[in-house]
Order: sequence, then C-alpha cells, then structure tokens
Amino acid sequence: MTVKSTARARKKAAPGVPDNLQAGKDAPAELIQLLTPEGERVEHPDYPLAIEADELRSLYRDLVLVRRFDAEATALQRQGELGLWASLLGQEAAQVGSGRAMREKDYAFPTYREHGVAWCRGVDPLNLLGMFRGVNHGGWDPNEKNFHLYTIVIGSQTLHATGYAMGITKDSAEDAVIAYFGDGASSQGDVNEAFTFASVYNAPVVFFCQNNQWAISEPTTNQTKIPLYRRASGFGFPGVRVDGNDVLACLAVTRWALDRARNGGGPVLIEAFTYRMGAHTTSDDPTRYRAAEETESWRAKDPISRLKTYLEREGLADEDFFAAIDAESETLGLRVREGVRSMPDPDPTLIFDHVYAEPHALVTEERAEYVAYAESFEGGE
Amino acid sequence: MSKLTMSKAINEGLRNCLETDPKTLIMGEDVGKLGGVFRVTDGLQKDFGEDRVIDTPLAESGIVGTAIGLALRGYRPIVEIQFDGFVYPAFDQIVTQLAKMHARALGHVKMPITIRIPYAGGIGAVEHHSESHEAYFAHTAGLRVVTPSNPDDAYWMLRQSVESDDPVIFLEPKARYWDKAEISAAPALDLHTAKVVRSGTDLTLLAYGPMVKVCLEVAAAAEEDGRHLEVVDLRSLSPVDFDTLEASVKRTGRAIVVHEAPVFMGMGAELAARLTERCFYHLEAPVLRVGGYHAPYPPSRVEEQYLPDLDRVLDAVDRALAY
Repeated sequence: MTVKSTARARKKAAPGVPDNLQAGKDAPAELIQLLTPEGERVEHPDYPLAIEADELRSLYRDLVLVRRFDAEATALQRQGELGLWASLLGQEAAQVGSGRAMREKDYAFPTYREHGVAWCRGVDPLNLLGMFRGVNHGGWDPNEKNFHLYTIVIGSQTLHATGYAMGITKDSAEDAVIAYFGDGASSQGDVNEAFTFASVYNAPVVFFCQNNQWAISEPTTNQTKIPLYRRASGFGFPGVRVDGNDVLACLAVTRWALDRARNGGGPVLIEAFTYRMGAHTTSDDPTRYRAAEETESWRAKDPISRLKTYLEREGLADEDFFAAIDAESETLGLRVREGVRSMPDPDPTLIFDHVYAEPHALVTEERAEYVAYAESFEGGE
Repeated sequence: MSKLTMSKAINEGLRNCLETDPKTLIMGEDVGKLGGVFRVTDGLQKDFGEDRVIDTPLAESGIVGTAIGLALRGYRPIVEIQFDGFVYPAFDQIVTQLAKMHARALGHVKMPITIRIPYAGGIGAVEHHSESHEAYFAHTAGLRVVTPSNPDDAYWMLRQSVESDDPVIFLEPKARYWDKAEISAAPALDLHTAKVVRSGTDLTLLAYGPMVKVCLEVAAAAEEDGRHLEVVDLRSLSPVDFDTLEASVKRTGRAIVVHEAPVFMGMGAELAARLTERCFYHLEAPVLRVGGYHAPYPPSRVEEQYLPDLDRVLDAVDRALAY
C-alpha cells in the first residue's frame, strides 16, 4: 500500500508526463526541473545551479531573440522568400539551455531545427536561412563555430557526433560533443548504433533528444513504450529526463553531462521533454492530427514567460531591460528580413563547385559543356 | 471514373487494393491520420483501420524489413517511403534481402511488396527531396521498377504492381502529383509495356515519369519547325520493353533518352547501349542523352538549370538531326 501511494504521489510531481507513457511501468518518469512553469525557482540535489543575475538576463535575451528570428523566418516563408521553414517555436529553452552549456571547443551536431543552438554557438542567423531559401545546402563552415551542418536525413548526425567524440578521446583532449535529435529519430537504426558505439568506446558525447511529442503527425507513443531517457540504460549509460521548457534545468543538466563526458565518464542521454508548438515545417498542417487543446495546455508551460515571471518577481530585471531586449529584437527582425530579401541566387555553375576536393574529369567536362550551352543563349534571345 | 489528380488516382488505386485483397497493408511514416505528406493515403486509415493502414515508427529499414516478415507470413505490404532521399536507410533491406529472397528460397517464398517512393525534382524542395535514384534499383536483379507519367497509368500500374508476386519499386513523379486526367475503365497495357505517346518520323524521344510531359512539349514545339518527333513513355525501367523501343527507333533512325537522373551510369546508358546493338544499321546518329549532371542535386534556386527542359532537349534534337 505504501509503495503504491508513493508512486502515485511521485507521478503527480512529474508534470507533463502523459499517462500512456507511465501506464503499466514500475516507476514513473522523473522530470528534472529548476524553474516551474509558474516561474518558481526550485532546487534539485543532483543538479545544483549557481547562477548570477547577469547570466539569467542573458539567457532571457537569447530566448527572446531566437524566438524572434524564428518568427521572422516563418513570415518570410509565407511571403515566398523561403521555400520552407522548420520552426523551433516552443523548444527555445531546450536549445538555449543546452547550447549555452557548451564550451567554445565543444562541438554540436544539429538536426535541421537547431536554430537556437546555432545562435548560442555564434552562427549568423542569416547563414541558417540559405538552405531554406534554396541557395545552398548548408552555407557555413562547420569548424568556424564548431556547429556542424544541418542534417535532414533523420538521425544520421548522431553517428557523426559519436565518431567526432571518439576522435577527441584519441587526441586525449577535454572537449565534448552534443548530438541533437528528436523523438522520431530515436527509432532509427543509426541512432541506436550511435548509442552502441558511444557506449563501447566511452565516447565523450551527450545525446540530446528533444522529445517535442510529435514526429510530423506521429505521437511519441508510436516510437516507444517507455520514456525515451530510459533507453540509455540498456546501452549502458545514464539517461535523464529534463523539463525541456526550463532553460535553467536544460543548462544545468547539459553542463553536468558535458563535464562528465569530458572527464572520461562517457555518454549521457538527455531527454528534453518539450513540445513543438508549431507545424513540423511550413508544409505541414497539424490540425489534421492533433487537438488544439493539447497545444494550448503546453502554452501554459511556455519557456520564455516563466523566466520573465521569475526575473520580474525577484527584481532581477527592470522595465528598461525588457524594453532594450524588445528593441534589439526589432533590429534583429529587420536585419533578417533585409538580409534574406537581398540574398542573391547562386550562379548555376555552383552545381559543379565542390563536388570533389580534387579535380574530377567528368565534372570538369560537364561544367564546360554547361557553360558553353548557357553562353549559346546570350544575345540569341 | 472522373478526372483525378495523380495523387488522388494512386489513393483510389490503394483503396481498391485494400478493398479487394484483405492481405494488403499500407505501411509508412505519417500515412495514417495525416494521409501522407502528399495526401496519397488520405482517408484510408479512417476507412480501413489502424491495422491495415499503419503509421510505423520513424525507421525506413524497419519499415521494409518488417514488410519482408509480413510477406513471409502471407501479407501483401504496400510500403510508402516519404521522400526519395529517405530510402537509403532501407536500401540494405531492399538490395540484400528483399531482392534476393525469392531466388535464395528457390522460389518457395514470394515477396509481393510494393515500395512507393515519391521521386524526382522540380518542386523547390530542400536537400534529399528531389532525387532520381531509379538506376540503383533497376541495377538490382530481383526488383521490378516502374514509374507512371500520368494519373491513368498511376492508377492502373499501382494496382498491377500490388498484384505482382515480385517486389516492385513504384516511383511516383512528385512534380506530377497535381496533374489531372481521366482514369480508364480497364488497363490498356501490361505493367511492363512501353507506350508510344506521340507518333513521329524524324526522331524518338525516350522518357519516363516526370520527363514524359517535357518531351511531349518538346515534340509540340519541334512540330512547329516541321520536325516530327515520336515520344515513347517507358513506364517500366526493369524490365524495359525493348521491343517497343526498337520498333520506334528503327522507324525514326534517331533516339534521345531524357531523364532527370545524372547521365553518367544512368538509365540512358543502358538504353543507348541496347538500342545501338538492336538498331545499329538503322541509326542515323548516336543515341544521345539529356539528364542531370554528375553532381549532388542542387539547391532549389538553381534546379531549373539542372533539370532537362524544353531548350536542353531541343538542343539535343538539333545535334541528333545534324548527323
């Protein structure tokens, strides 16, 4: 009887865990949280976080600017300036928290939705928009900010991250790697192979799964019968579920996991429990497969408003601060709009550039044929 | 049947399969409630249930691998791969297992699996959403490979593919999903028969899938210059109906193969080689090829320059006729 009631009490204390993930399982999922949806600061014995007001304000700034950038990109897609956009709306805390936990020499391997992580790494937001506009397939040097190119094929990058981490070990370096992926990707063979390699080679890689509840139209229950973070134990490393809408918890847990990895502790799986507030991409229509009430219930857990509430209540930021962030947000929006609209179409010979690192006779020949063909039109039409 | 888009025609074809054969199943990502990202399976889960129209986990190798198991158990799975570029995780299962199973079992097991893949470009998509990989599949013995160019063929070829006891790679030209046409009451042709879609005397354009429409436009434009081009829609890429192709090329004496896939080691190479063998003394010019370049499919803002179009095919027509 005692056990039963304890379990029930613990279940109550784990907000946001759907019943269908808990049903029939012996232990409810524990959700690491340092800032409640109501903006209350709570402590967790395993993940202490000493944080100054400056850093809190700076996290808030990142969250707001990342959301603004994302909103601009969605609008630019609607205006025809971008072919597609994959919005991060709702996942700002998971991305900013984990992104800010990284050190300069750490390396991130993103999916195609990690705009917030890119921001934290210092990648120019305009660089992210090239592939969505259709002028390139990447558009930045991954080694400049240790932020790899976006990967569209689901889960592939988790193996690249693991291999990169294996290299760190071989170099006896103290860097660490984050592999980003989603709840859908957890079903892919590549992701499970990455878990195996990381475990066997004790690679310094943190698997950061943003469980945003939906793989396009499929709920997480189509991918797993247990909470995703528990998958880690079968591979031989720890798994943690963190409130993905709590930037402080994401920061603390990721910092812990990265430090553990860089000190020889091996991989960790972090499941950031969050929600994709928008469509999968601008091509998607979520009204076909999920209820508006569900989305609304997650709106109450918004990652930005809870931090704002906390900052205001504790007197850590004043009106001037919020006004300054709003102004900066406007400036960013303007820069993104103008930047995208003035982004030139590439020269078609781009098709042949960089196919190989060394000259390749067939590409050279086809390029020459193309140029001659294109020139045959000039002045002729 | 009334006029249908290709997307709707395939939807109707799938519905017919589910209605007529209780062993048929649809498996894929987002094929249920969403009805597929192109709405090809729209409404099917609602009408046939989650047991027959299955939203699978996000794992292509898993989808094809379990379809093989279901086929061993007597089912007839119809698999959807969401986009061309996402088939590669399943490539191992398709090439090493699915394609060889019947031969390895000395004919004792059949693999009646249809794998539907939206392929080819022209819709302004991001990376991995516009590729033409038919040559990989056609190169693999044990797979049948077909691709319709219009709604009527899409409907009937889908039904014929599902009825086949062999694995069929069913390539759907996504840029043609919204083209509309009348669906005939009965199939005019066998699944693997090519079709002369326009008669001509001067040159034969050989195309399939998305490029048939382009070649018909080329033929119409050439007609204005007094050039009578024949257009043949291959429809099937493995096997290829070489008899129909040979007859056409012997009539016209010239042939150009047009496809979106890279020319190097593409379908055009095989067609040119075989037609040269079969029609050597009838040919007035070498068999030419127009297609993609030996480069990754480019970003969408330059895909127009990458894809064969009216001008590029007409340029090849000029060259062929100049011999």
